[in-house]
Amino acid sequence: MSWETVIGLEIHVQLSTKSKLFSGGSTEFGAEANTHVDLIDMGLPGVLPVANKEAFYKAIRFGLATKAKINQTSSFDRKNYFYPDLPKGYQITQMTKPIVEKGSIKIYLDGSEKVINITRAHLEEDAGKSIHDLFDGETGVDLNRAGTPLLEIVSEPEISNAKEAVAYFKAIRQLVTFLDICDGNMAEGSMRCDVNVSIKKNDSSELGTRAELKNINSFKFIEKAINFEIDRQTKLLENGESVVQETRLYDSEKNETRSMRSKEEANDYRYFPCPDLLPVVISDKELIEIKENLPELPEEKEKRYVEDIGLDKSEAVIISSSKAMANMFEEASAKTNDAKLVAKWLVGDVSALLNKDNIEIDESKLSAENFGKLIERITDNTISGKIAKSVLEDIWENGSDVDKVIETKGLVQIQDESILEDIAQKVIQSNPDQVSAYLNGKDKLFGFFVGQIMKETQGKANPKSVNDILRRLLK
Amino acid sequence: MTIKYKSVKEFKEMISQKEISNKEIIQEVFNLIDDNKGLNAFITLNEENSIKKAEYFDNNPSELSLAGIPIAQKDLFCTKGLRTTCASNILNNFVPPYTATVIENLENAGCISVGKTNMDEFAMGSSNETSFFGNVHNPWGENLVPGGSSGGAAAAVAAGIVPAASGTDTGGSIRQPASLCGITGIKPTYGRISRWGMIAFASSLDQAGPMARTAEDCAILLNEMCSHDEKDTTSLDETVPNFQENLNKPLKGKKIGIVKDLDLSNLDNDVVEVFENSLKEFQSLGADLVDISLPNLALSVPTYYVVAPAECSSNLSRFDGVKFGRRSEHTKDLEELYVNTRSEGFGDEVKRRILIGSYVLSAGYYDAYYKKAQQVRRLIKNDFENAFSNVDVIMTPTTRGPAFEIGSKGNDPIQMYLEDLFTISANLAGLPALSLPNGFIDNKPIGLQIIGNFLDESSILNFAHMYQSETNWHMHTPEGIK
Repeated sequence: MSWETVIGLEIHVQLSTKSKLFSGGSTEFGAEANTHVDLIDMGLPGVLPVANKEAFYKAIRFGLATKAKINQTSSFDRKNYFYPDLPKGYQITQMTKPIVEKGSIKIYLDGSEKVINITRAHLEEDAGKSIHDLFDGETGVDLNRAGTPLLEIVSEPEISNAKEAVAYFKAIRQLVTFLDICDGNMAEGSMRCDVNVSIKKNDSSELGTRAELKNINSFKFIEKAINFEIDRQTKLLENGESVVQETRLYDSEKNETRSMRSKEEANDYRYFPCPDLLPVVISDKELIEIKENLPELPEEKEKRYVEDIGLDKSEAVIISSSKAMANMFEEASAKTNDAKLVAKWLVGDVSALLNKDNIEIDESKLSAENFGKLIERITDNTISGKIAKSVLEDIWENGSDVDKVIETKGLVQIQDESILEDIAQKVIQSNPDQVSAYLNGKDKLFGFFVGQIMKETQGKANPKSVNDILRRLLK
Repeated sequence: MTIKYKSVKEFKEMISQKEISNKEIIQEVFNLIDDNKGLNAFITLNEENSIKKAEYFDNNPSELSLAGIPIAQKDLFCTKGLRTTCASNILNNFVPPYTATVIENLENAGCISVGKTNMDEFAMGSSNETSFFGNVHNPWGENLVPGGSSGGAAAAVAAGIVPAASGTDTGGSIRQPASLCGITGIKPTYGRISRWGMIAFASSLDQAGPMARTAEDCAILLNEMCSHDEKDTTSLDETVPNFQENLNKPLKGKKIGIVKDLDLSNLDNDVVEVFENSLKEFQSLGADLVDISLPNLALSVPTYYVVAPAECSSNLSRFDGVKFGRRSEHTKDLEELYVNTRSEGFGDEVKRRILIGSYVLSAGYYDAYYKKAQQVRRLIKNDFENAFSNVDVIMTPTTRGPAFEIGSKGNDPIQMYLEDLFTISANLAGLPALSLPNGFIDNKPIGLQIIGNFLDESSILNFAHMYQSETNWHMHTPEGIK
């Protein structure tokens, strides 16, 4: 029997608004506990929520970028449950009329493309945090995060494996950072993810019973948790047992998922329309304004890079994969007249360094200006490509200025033909055996002479001139 | 010079003519409160601050419209630094860090908040018997209920302790006690008065309003209480008219809607007679009676008792012992913290409504109860819309009878819920409605309800004021008040 995996993701994206979804409280991360909490966030008796339009605008940017339907009238519902970090005893969310419905996003995996449909994206308020490990035997509550606006993005169950799930999550992260609606900072919990996993028989049209894996916040853990879960469910089914519908917690230390609560123990959230908030209406004018101010999106960038600049598709995909990468490319290109060479270096040597250090480009010491200058020094023949590699390593480590590195290390390429010819003569004279072998038809030895000249010049000789001179002298 | 039974208008006159100092007024208010402690009308007093504010006005005579007027505030409005309990054990130590908009409006107009009045717990009740702080007694009879939930407010005004009080009305909580205590009270259009700082019972129905001796006083108070408030998105962005402007407009040719679907036959003959006498009075003032139909009116009590508990079950979830209010001392774990705090903190009626509300919202029952109730609510609203295309106001008795005895309906919640039969529909439709005294049955006052069209408080105040210009039911005072 062969099995098929069906995965759907619910991604919670913290919107980067200044104030909270229903109050003037600050959304800044990392403040002292319970200092960014106002009367509304605390859920004091008698307080009322007022919806923050900025959060709607950011949600709409996401909707437009995923070609979704924007509900210009959307409304809020209450989801009722008790938890100490939920100050009102209910969460205000959009159950019946979300702001965004029916969008889609493209993902790339191993060179192929797949479209994942987005069921809905709705606004809701975040809860606070329960702190269990600070007070002996007691739990603390920090409400700083309570009321922070979240956009919950719900995918259709169209994801087939863990790698695709990660690619989808990455695509969403790429998009929300491009749109400037979320900082994408996973370590600070700006993006969190619930994963629904089920298994069905290959030929069955009916979905299997799903387990929901809660609150995973790294790419690595998403992949591991899903793979563990696929394995667990497959084993159950193959042993003739059945999967229980439940919520499970992923333990990254043990690399396993554990049952949190079953369907029977699940809360009945008693959703109903929030009577404190009127439906929020977005005017045509507001919508047009948001549309007009939408930045160029990854897909559009990719297309432009290929069609207008002439990059390879694979290069364009990598460069448009993050806002920081695209910015680096565009800003560095503006400093040179060879954007293709910028792309080649960015995808090649720079990406290799990123992988080695396991960082993102905006976390590196490389500035677009410096990187652009490096490429320019190659195109204006100040340095060779080979020297450029060592310069890149230098500026990568130290963030030093390209021209200063070239100057202090004396790396300027030797262009003067008479100097190069003197060196070539010297090399020819000191290697008579190789000369005669070459002249007797051992063409491969040409490289030997080039190498010797490079050695003499510490790699600074202009390779093209060296070739020309050697060809002339070794006749 | 006594202040007892004086109207707001008379207070203003006395103060501006310097017949009495502001401090003397406040001192006398507190003497009256003390003399009539037996009414149990107040939960918390604000004596020191009140005297200070009065002294300030004595030293700095003010042009503010309500400068120096003593007022009693229902104990469900948050008042900064002054304990606010909602008459519940669960909030019995709660001191808010902020003040409700409507209280701020009144105080900014010069009112002196002398104390917080007793009420049914979380405004759930029609007799003031559900208060954690005990019954309020009706000034018209010690063993009578004052009505509810704004029972303490109604009793304080009826006893002549204060000329005015704030109340709230979710299903009749201003009008029913006004009727049972022989005073005038108005619930304006939903959204006229900000709900910011008003501890929520049923958010889509709750509305604050003034309770006073006369319709004219209600108009004066309403002028200050209403405002558009950005902190409350359900507050209406409408200009607040001067409610005193139309008080004396002749009623000639105006139309009063009489609800022909309302079966008055199971009411006492006396109640019907009092009601019909009032209608005759209005006819003699030149108004015409017009039969109207509100076919879905009979559904308003069941509709209300789905919608209101549903909202209350959610609104009261925040009282969990975690952040504010009372926490049970007997808690081993989180579940016990919740269960014991809420079991000990809430009274029976509140628990009953939380249970009903949780039930009608739960999976599998939502469509049959909550959703259906919202649909019926829409129908009731439509009925009123149709009716008001043809009439200026609608009149009904406010209550099914005068004040009943304390304890007489205690074991029968349904009988208690039916107390709101005539008043609830105005809340469901969001319409303004007023109750004013229009007679006595066995020496107990009873009221007439005037319901107005959306945002048309002016018309009902006009009808009420014209009536009070010709009658003196509102001038009667109870015996036995010290």
